[in-house]
Amino acid sequence: MTPLASLVRAPIDPLSIIRDVSNPRNGAVLLFLGAVRQVNEGRDVTGIDYAAYEAMAQRELDAIVVEASEKFETQDVAVQHRLGELGVEEVSVAIAVGHAHRDAAYAASRFVIEELKRRVPIWKREHYTDGTREWVDPTGRASAGAPS
Amino acid sequence: MTVTLLLFASYADALGVSSLDMELASESTVGELLSAIRTRPGAERLPPRPLVAVNQAYATLDSVVRAGDEVALIPPVAGG
Repeated sequence: MTPLASLVRAPIDPLSIIRDVSNPRNGAVLLFLGAVRQVNEGRDVTGIDYAAYEAMAQRELDAIVVEASEKFETQDVAVQHRLGELGVEEVSVAIAVGHAHRDAAYAASRFVIEELKRRVPIWKREHYTDGTREWVDPTGRASAGAPS
Repeated sequence: MTVTLLLFASYADALGVSSLDMELASESTVGELLSAIRTRPGAERLPPRPLVAVNQAYATLDSVVRAGDEVALIPPVAGG
């Protein structure tokens, strides 16, 4: 099976990723979209640029799709993550799962986004209305890029 | 041996470069590589134990680095 995982620079087409997982086996087809939020931790965000260690990020995404397929018993798991500069409301990540039943589809979708956030080497730098930019550190430690 | 270390995002900003050629004893560990980085200007802005990948897979401090390996420091990931 070729894992349906990709890093993309063009805008994500949700209908296309739904088609990747739709077939007569599936009574449930679930789409999750992550989008750029206007306010993060109280600061006004004008956009985000996403960067990646692309070769490793691709490997990790492929592995997550395979793990989800095995764990939740479906061949129909797809994920796309956008790289580059995105504006507010633009879709940064799309996850589509097709499954015979909805419970497993929801669980598989959740598994993919949580694993993606935990281990795929992708970074985002938020742009703020005051013109500054900062790499986001979800662990809450002071950013290595911030002035000490 | 020479090992090329890849740097990304906030770590690339901290050290001011996106890759570094490191001169290491053959069969050094990841821990030894991290010690060697400490002498670089800007390294004080890295956390005490940054994540490291060897050949595009997460490694541990005692993982061995060989000539020609692709080694990278991985800042806290923030995908999604």
